[in-house]
This record gives sequence, C-alpha cells and structure tokens, in this order.
Amino acid sequence: MSDIEYSFTIDGQQVRFTPGETILQAALKAGIFIPHLCFHPEFRPHGSCKLCTVVVNGRTTAACTTRAMPGQDVYSDKPELNSHRRLLLQMLFVEGNHFCPGCEKSGNCQLQALAYDLEMLNPHFAHFFPKRPVDASHPDAVLDLNRCIMCELCVRASRDVDGKNVFALAGRGLDSHLVVDSKSGKLGDSTFAATDKAASVCPVGAILPKGKGFAVPIGERVYDKESIREKVVGLADTGAEP
Amino acid sequence: MSQSVGDDGLPLDQAVESILLRHQRDPACLVQILRELQDRLDYISPRTVQQLAAKLEIPITRVKSTLAFYSFLYDEPRGRYRILFSDNITDRMLGSMALYRHMLNRLKLEPGEVSADGLVSVALTSCTGMCDQGPALLVNNRAVTRLTPERIDEIIGLIRAQVPVSAWPAAYFKVEDNIRRADLLLNTEWVPGAALQTAIERGPHGVLAELKQSNLRGRGGAGFTTGIKWEAARKTPAEARWVVCNADEGEPGTFKDRVLLQSYAGSIFEGMIIAAYTIGAKRGFLYLRGEYTYLLPSLEATLADLRRRNLLGEDICGVEGFDFEIDVHVGAGAYVCGEETALIESLEGKPGRPRIRPPFPVSRGYRDQPTVVNNVETLCKVVEVMLRGGAWYKGQGTRQSTGTKILSVSGDVERPGLYEYPFGVRVAQVLEDAGAIEPRAVQISGASGTCLTRREFGRRIAFEDVPTAGSFMVFGKGRDLFEMAQNFAHFFAHESCGFCTPCRVGTSLVASILDKIGDGHGTEYEMNELAFLSQVIRSASQCGLGQASCNALTDTIQKFRGDYERRLRPIDFEPAFDLDAALGKARAITGRDDSGARLSTRVDIDQ
Repeated sequence: MSDIEYSFTIDGQQVRFTPGETILQAALKAGIFIPHLCFHPEFRPHGSCKLCTVVVNGRTTAACTTRAMPGQDVYSDKPELNSHRRLLLQMLFVEGNHFCPGCEKSGNCQLQALAYDLEMLNPHFAHFFPKRPVDASHPDAVLDLNRCIMCELCVRASRDVDGKNVFALAGRGLDSHLVVDSKSGKLGDSTFAATDKAASVCPVGAILPKGKGFAVPIGERVYDKESIREKVVGLADTGAEP
Repeated sequence: MSQSVGDDGLPLDQAVESILLRHQRDPACLVQILRELQDRLDYISPRTVQQLAAKLEIPITRVKSTLAFYSFLYDEPRGRYRILFSDNITDRMLGSMALYRHMLNRLKLEPGEVSADGLVSVALTSCTGMCDQGPALLVNNRAVTRLTPERIDEIIGLIRAQVPVSAWPAAYFKVEDNIRRADLLLNTEWVPGAALQTAIERGPHGVLAELKQSNLRGRGGAGFTTGIKWEAARKTPAEARWVVCNADEGEPGTFKDRVLLQSYAGSIFEGMIIAAYTIGAKRGFLYLRGEYTYLLPSLEATLADLRRRNLLGEDICGVEGFDFEIDVHVGAGAYVCGEETALIESLEGKPGRPRIRPPFPVSRGYRDQPTVVNNVETLCKVVEVMLRGGAWYKGQGTRQSTGTKILSVSGDVERPGLYEYPFGVRVAQVLEDAGAIEPRAVQISGASGTCLTRREFGRRIAFEDVPTAGSFMVFGKGRDLFEMAQNFAHFFAHESCGFCTPCRVGTSLVASILDKIGDGHGTEYEMNELAFLSQVIRSASQCGLGQASCNALTDTIQKFRGDYERRLRPIDFEPAFDLDAALGKARAITGRDDSGARLSTRVDIDQ
C-alpha cells in the first residue's frame, strides 16, 4: 500500500497516519491541535473528558479513542464544536472548586490554559461547591481534591508506570472522587513517592509537590508565554512527542 | 454491632470465611462478596474493607471504588432496617411521596438519616420494577408491594418491635405476575430440553442459520440481530467463551423480565444453554438486578432442576464435551449495569463503568474473552425459534421486527401488567386493551425512551417505528409531563456512572435547572439552557445512558411545552439564589415560621 492511502482530512487538511493510531494521535503528530485533558501521549487513550470531541463522517465521537481510518472526513475546529468544548470546560469548573488566582498551578494548568484558548469567559452555571478534603499528610506532596477533574491520569500512572495502584476513582455521578490506597485513606500512609510518575502527571493542581511554591513567578509560566495550542503544536514541529 | 451468631447460625469470622470460600477468594466476585457480607454485617466498615483487600490480595482502592459505586452497598451504618421507596414517576402517580413523608414523619427522620438508636433509615431509590403493583419499597433489599397508609403504619410497628424482615407477613412480599395479554411466549409452557434437543440436532451452524433466518433481534432495546452476535462470538478465536443473561432490568417502568424470571426461568436458562452450545461456552452468568434478589432462591431451584435433568453440567444431553454451568450474579443498585460492557465490568467485581467500544463483548468481553450478552426476553425467544423454526418465526410480527414483544404497562390504566403482542401493534390498541383512562401521553421504553402524544397513538411498536425495551407508561388527563421529565432528570443524575464529563456533570445541571423551574424561578433563559445542554450531553456522552438522558426532556419540551411555560416567570432571568430559602436556617434556629419570617421572591419584580 502506498503512503497516501493512510491519510484522512481534519477540517480539510490532509493528515497522514500509521495504522493503529487514533485521530488525536495522528492530528497532534501533524501539528494540528485538538483540545484534550485526559489524553496523555504516554498512556493508553481513556476517553472521559470528551474535550476532543470531533465529528467523523458526520458522527460525533472522541478523537482520542477513535482509530484513524483512510479517507475519514473529520471536523474539529468549528464554532459549534468549540462551543460544545466551552460547555464541557464550564462543567469541569463548576463541578469542582477552582480558584485560579490562589492556585500554585496557575499558568501551568491545562484546564486553565484550555479555558483561555477556547475563550471561556466565565463558568456560566451555578457552582456546585462540593465539600472536598485537602490531604496534606504526605511529606512531599499535597492532594487537593477540590481541583480534581476525574481524568484518572494519576490512577493510570500509578497503576501502569509506578506499579502501585495508589489511586482509584470511586463513587458515582457527581459523587465521583479519588480514593487512596492506604488503611487511613491518607496519601501519607500510602506507598506514594514524589518520584512517582503519578506525582507529576496531573494536568491540574490536584497533586502538587510540597516545599516549593511559586518558584516561577506568575506571568512567566508555561502557558503565560504561549497558548496551550501553540505549545502543543510547537512540540510537534520540533519532532518531540506531543 | 452484634458480632455474635447470625441468621446462618455461624459465628462472624466463620461466616466471613465461608463467604470468601464460596467465591474462592476471587476478586472478580467482589460485588457478590460485598453484598453477602453486608447481609451479615448491615454495612461494610473501613476495617472490613482492609480485611477484604488483604484476604483477596487486591489494593484497598479496588474494594473502596467498588463499594462506593453501588447504591445498595453501604460504607457506613444505614440502620438495621434500610427502607428505600421506589421513586419512579409511576410510584409518584400512585401517591408514593405522601407515604414516604408519612413514614419519615412518624419515625421523626430526615431522608437518608439513620435513627439515633441505629435501627432504621428511610430514603428513595430508582424504580424497583413493581410499577404494576406500586407504590413499592425495598426493606433490606426485599420488595414490598401495594403500599397503603395502613401498611406503612404496620411496617413502622414491625420495625419498632424489631421483628426480623424474614418474619414479616408474607402478603407484603407477594409479587403478582399480572399477565393481561399472553401471546407466543407467555402462552407457551416450557418443555424442559425440547428446544435444546432440536438445537443439538441442527448443530451449531444449523442453530445460527435458523436464528438468522428468523431475524430475531435483541429485546433489550438496541435490537441487534441475535444470530449475527452469536456467530461473531463463535468465530473469535479464544480459550474460553461466555454467555451472559442481562437480567438487570433497570429501565423505569419495565417489569416484564421480572415476570419471566419468576415464572419462565426454565426457558431463559435453556436459551442460555443453547447459546453455550452454539458458541462453545463452558460457563455463563445470569446478572440479576439487586431489586430482584427475592427471586434468587427460585432461580437456584430451577438451575438445580436443570442439573438433575442433565441440561446443565457435564456431557449435557449425552453430547460428549458439552459442559456448561450457570451462576447467578446479583447486582447492587446501578442502572448503568444494564449497559452490556458496564455489566461485564460489574461481573468482574468492578464499578459498572461502560467500556469504550469497540472492542465489543463478542470479541472481548468477560475476562477479555468473547462474550454473548442477551436480554432475558431474547433468550426465551431463542427457545421459540428452535421449537418452531426460523421460517415460521419470520412470519410473525413485521418485516424488521419479527415475533412478539412483551410490554410492561403501568400508569393511568385500569389493568396494569404484561401485554404481549406481535410486533407492529398500534399504541392505541395497547391503550384500549389496558383500559387507559383519558390518556394524554405515553412514555415508551422508559426514561430513555420516547414520549408520544395523543396524535401519535396510531404509531406502531416496532424497530421500524417506535422501538422499545418494553416500558409503557400511561399518563392520563391532568397529569403533568414536566413532573415526569423532572423525575427522570434526577434519575439520570443519580445513575450516571461519573466516567465522562457531559453525563457526570451535565445530568446534574439539567436536574438542578428543572428544579429551579419547578420551584417557580425559571424563565425563558432556562429553556434555552436546557436546549443547549441536552444537545451536548446527547452528542458527547460515552454511552447510551448519557446519550439518552435528555430524550424525555426534549420530547416533553417539544410536545408539552405548556407544562413548562405555566411555571416560567415572564421576565428575562431570575437568579438561582433563593433569598427566602437562605433564611430557612434562621427560621429553624429561631423556631419562627410566621409570615413575617418569610420573604416572597416572586412579588414586586415586575412592578
């Protein structure tokens, strides 16, 4: 088979792919940004945040879990889809307790960066203001569930990379919450370590290192310098893994 | 908590050991183990969680996540008598909320609160499948039907006297079949092994050919062709294959599987055995919804009978190597487990979160091996096809929807119960037969289904027109369809598994917006919000639960807009914040509730 047969289009632009890749993987490799939160290039696609929702041959689906197929006609950067994405972001903001100005992750946070990128101007809905505990029992890390967006990246990192199963998602619906593998339920009593993959994979500020605060001033952080879109596409241009 | 000898006559440690032993310390049986432990302990304490994790050699998080997922599993005490009122709209139409409040008042309890003596708690649960004989409740997972104020008072007396549920009057627990119109399925008496014998004579390929010719389609709602499903599972190379009967009948207003499980269990199991023979499975499960736990003894008895007849076990019917066994798995209160991949996750002892499809269960299902999941009614239909042949079966019903369909009819009708018709029956015919009382609307196929107005009563029940999993709820003159939509919205918010953003958050947003409208604070603004929200929830959700969660909402807004509009304020927007409600705490503290202690937020705004 010639190379050209392994291609599809996103918003009219031709994208090549390797068989087995998902639409999102192929798009990112080609330098086309599709918003996403629960996807991480080092992990198996998960498909829960739904930010990467696109229209493939007329059917709405998540780009991260849909395999690229020759000849697919994909729509992504369209006003209607971006308005859907803004709504999903607003859902994530009102579901938890996100106070960006006081958050150490501000400027490095993918949720915040995507909200800027998609021009989400306010949370729109009445906040649910859930009561969620902060767990500061671990000497090297703090677990602030107020900011958790249920992407399960820490769950997957701890299970698949660290081999520990420190985290799991429990509960149902709006009561969904992260639980920790220890008798007390506290992170400090678990086998979690600051060197774990799970310690650095959180896209928001739910898992943060202790003993280090505002080392990089606000205004000079990752997404202060360039938008998440430019950042991801820039990585693709240099040939690095997105 | 008493740690002494229980109903089973065993000391606690021994009882726990025997439960673990019965499940061979297999983490895949976690839901069953937790359920049985809770029967013994009333709830699962943190200490029990730790012990269980240690004994099953799994992370504590694995036990916690499963425990916290299922409505009927408790991680804190909920009383020795745990009362859950069925909260389907049909229960409400029969006056369930007045009975619920009556019980709470007499016991001096808030919803979900445990009495100070640890004796009792009273709360709501999703539809328990007793819509034809409601209002209904569950007490420690046992169904009580036909509630009246007198019966509620009697129950309160029994609880106060601490009479064990097993010693309560048997009449409380009587569940009627209420078969009103029997056709092919409900009229046929089960002849043990007759259908299996014809299957064996035809051979697996012959069975598949017969099923395909019959064009039998799944009765669970999706309508996938059974023959194609079985063939796919058979063709997938694998070490083992599995047969699963989906008896997690959770769709509000559906109860036909309950009757089949109660009175036609032999046919269901024989359908499973034929499936096993055809695809080459050695083991199967019947996944019974937790609300139907009361059926467990009779199902086990039927299985024992099948073993005696050599229709289960080894070398079935003398066919060498044809070995098959069936286990009954009992669910624990999670509507989403009716979705086949969530059901499989639950069978594996995990939270019932739907998997990403593909792969489909026919190639990677239970334990990642090919698995056929069929609805209860579909399996009975397999028996029919075997006995009467595919060509004959194809002549029944309509072209795309062959055979008959059982409808669970409830709501404003004189004769609620089961009605079996050939596919293609008109809605008006069902309404007439059931004695519908001035019907205003019919909600077909449950909370996730379609709402039909009087003008649409000429439509037909069939995959070509109005498909259904079997629920048929009738709303008479004067019924308020907004209340139905609001009830369903809360149902979906409660039952969302929490995996994907649009369903996890969106269903709760929809419920809270409907509450705002219901409380008289809604405006046209909220109607626009609902339209946009439902569009995104439908298109972006992971599984059918989320995708269908706004069906009733959009149908009723389109067809019964007046039921919404009469609640709306004639202004552009009113905030959700309710100043009067915010004063509630002050009223409670001061014990003052006269007119001077109340604000009306509904006056003066327009002036």
